[in-house]
Amino acid sequence: MEVLVILVPLALGLGLAGLLAFLWSLKSGQYDDLDGAAWRAIADDEPPQEPQPDVTVR
Amino acid sequence: MQATRDFSYYVKDLGSGLSHIDLAVEGVNCAGCISKIERGLSAIPDVTLARVNLTDRRVALEWKQGTLDPARFIDRLAELGYKAYPFEKASAETTEAEQSRFLLRCLGVAAFATMNVMMLSIPVWSGNVSDMLPEQRDFFHWLSALIALPAAAYAGQPFFRSAYRALRAGGVNMDVPIAIGVTLALGMSVVETINHAEHAYFDAAIMLLTFLLVGRYLDQNMRRKTRAVAGNLAALKAETAAKFVGADEISEVPVAAIHPGDIVLLRPGERCAVDGTVIEGRSEIDQSLITGETLYVAAEQGTAVYAGSLNISGTLRVRVAAASEATLLSEITRLLDNALQARSRYMRLADRASRLYAPLVHATALLTVLGWVLAGASWHDAIVTGIAVLIITCPCALGLAIPTVQTVASGAMFKSGVLLNAGDAIERLAEADHVIFDKTGTLTLPELEVVNAADIPANIFALAGQLALSSHHPVAVAIAQASGATSPLIGVVEEPGQGVRGTIDGVEARLGRPSFCGAEQVAEDDAMADPEASIVVFSRGEDRYLFAVRQGLRPDARMVIAALKQRNIMLEILSGDREPAVRAAASALGISEWRAGVTPADKIARIEVLKRRGFKVLMVGDGMNDAPSLAAAHVSMSPISAAHLSQATADLVFLGKPLAPVVAAIDLSRTALHLMRQNLWLAVGYNFLAVPIAISGIVTPLIAAAAMSGSSILVMLNALRARSARGEVGAARADSNSASDPALRGGRT
Repeated sequence: MEVLVILVPLALGLGLAGLLAFLWSLKSGQYDDLDGAAWRAIADDEPPQEPQPDVTVR
Repeated sequence: MQATRDFSYYVKDLGSGLSHIDLAVEGVNCAGCISKIERGLSAIPDVTLARVNLTDRRVALEWKQGTLDPARFIDRLAELGYKAYPFEKASAETTEAEQSRFLLRCLGVAAFATMNVMMLSIPVWSGNVSDMLPEQRDFFHWLSALIALPAAAYAGQPFFRSAYRALRAGGVNMDVPIAIGVTLALGMSVVETINHAEHAYFDAAIMLLTFLLVGRYLDQNMRRKTRAVAGNLAALKAETAAKFVGADEISEVPVAAIHPGDIVLLRPGERCAVDGTVIEGRSEIDQSLITGETLYVAAEQGTAVYAGSLNISGTLRVRVAAASEATLLSEITRLLDNALQARSRYMRLADRASRLYAPLVHATALLTVLGWVLAGASWHDAIVTGIAVLIITCPCALGLAIPTVQTVASGAMFKSGVLLNAGDAIERLAEADHVIFDKTGTLTLPELEVVNAADIPANIFALAGQLALSSHHPVAVAIAQASGATSPLIGVVEEPGQGVRGTIDGVEARLGRPSFCGAEQVAEDDAMADPEASIVVFSRGEDRYLFAVRQGLRPDARMVIAALKQRNIMLEILSGDREPAVRAAASALGISEWRAGVTPADKIARIEVLKRRGFKVLMVGDGMNDAPSLAAAHVSMSPISAAHLSQATADLVFLGKPLAPVVAAIDLSRTALHLMRQNLWLAVGYNFLAVPIAISGIVTPLIAAAAMSGSSILVMLNALRARSARGEVGAARADSNSASDPALRGGRT
């Protein structure tokens, strides 16, 4: 049972870390646009490539 | 006179050399739109941030101060295919967003605490039936206390505050039993832990808060979202006024930036955005949005004009008046104030339930304590049992029963084009059994339409349309639109108040008043047949063609009226318009009960009569003259095209041309009310099962936790059923999309 001395603080610490992460994400506005966030996940990151200038030497 | 657009009113200075503006954008609904808009705007040099918010349909922009004109963003968005307009966040919106965040923070804390306390409780529950040492149990209980007490103190704030407010006002709301239950449960658990007892209720108390916060957050978020959408719609109306900034120089300024005393220019075909007095010019104005009267009124120097009036023929200069100067408005405001004061304060279902529930629960707990003492138990045991009764009856599911249904129902209403202004509107709408419609702008559309389009040869119609394109007169606009003409004739001359003339293939053609086109006699005969329509004549050489133009009924008005009758709802029209016009609309729709030429005071009187007879009146109206009766009715609805005052007063606002949202809203609200009641009974039923166990003193924290989460989940699942209304809403909604039947438009043949 001595293992509780390590496990209990560890479990609580992890939980607390989760809570702090949640509060941080709330503060940084990550819950302001839930619909948009759902779509952004599947949006293309890179803008479409500009057509490459023709570099072949004539 | 060169008009410039000035949006500086909306630009916020962020300091550090950056400016910020928020734009409401129409038509953003997918991932493609997000990246298209963000890339398109970021491509403008000196833009430092372009971020779309899809939930609120808005774009936030930041740029280096002084380098860009905000009008450029709006032009750029127009190029990309989106209509956008800046808006100013209403202060209420900011407060609600703040409140929403606070509740989410509380919910996060409560959920964290619940999970961790549960982690400590489950070993205790299993240890109690096996080999746990009392010291270990005490240790776990103390740890639970360490988590639960501060968490409850923080996350319980919304309930404690509200309960305190209610008690101070001498009333009881749902939060009072919640606050008492949570406090007692925590207090008893601490005492029990000190006494090395087997059971502590930290988990029950904190879990209760978590579930209740879910309900509270859903409720708040629903309100926040509808307010944001309503704010967008208001902004996208893009109301500007041409303000004189110099002797002969005008600038397009947002209405919010106009002050009393400013002089604005009102051109033909424009809707006035301010209240004021004409100081120069002569014209006719259409005041149907204010009075319901469809006949034009002459305007000249000294005439008062109101926001919402449509300028017909001449250009006017208007001096903006302070709110109190306008006489018509002050009369309506007085009536509105009276109506709002007289509005019997409606008892929400939740409040009615808690008013019954709280004393019952507290009495049961008290009787349990006394009963056990009389039966010979110790005070300590009796009080512990009494508190267990309070915990088990704590209105966890009761707190979720109504907000979950409201959230789901308001989402469904939103999809059918109805926005909620008031939280309890769903409950009140469900009870409505008598509908009063305003005519102008509610049963009819605000735009004019050509009634006899079918009688006019297509080539003549097209020519008339080309001629009409040169004029801003609303009738000309209606003809141009109906004809589908796109290329205006060259060299067309407009004679104000008369019509337009031009030359087609060497022959003079005219479009305008019958007298202008030499056709008084024919037009007079025709006007007898339909007194409501304005007759416009198109002449070419010796040929004369008559166009009858009037406000048409909403495309699905007749079907909606039939659907309402089917639901045994009484119908009535109260209009400020003239008798023939109202009679025509009433007979076209098959409504037998109607009154014409009704003043705002008369409308209120009629509603009072119906109220005394026991009817729950739904008022549907758009005009400023309807605002007082919208407030006086049991529940009220406005179309989005309504006057500001009416829209703000109405409990619900519906979008678009069809009238079908009215039926959809009634059906959805009836389903919702039914589900709310069902949920309340479900929650109470759970308590009926659990209370005897609690009274008999054999309840354990495990039973409390199971009862609480079980009933909450059941109630939430039941609420999801509010997504679809029973009955024929689906059919009604499909109708609204179908092409309108010409027979329904009251057209002449």
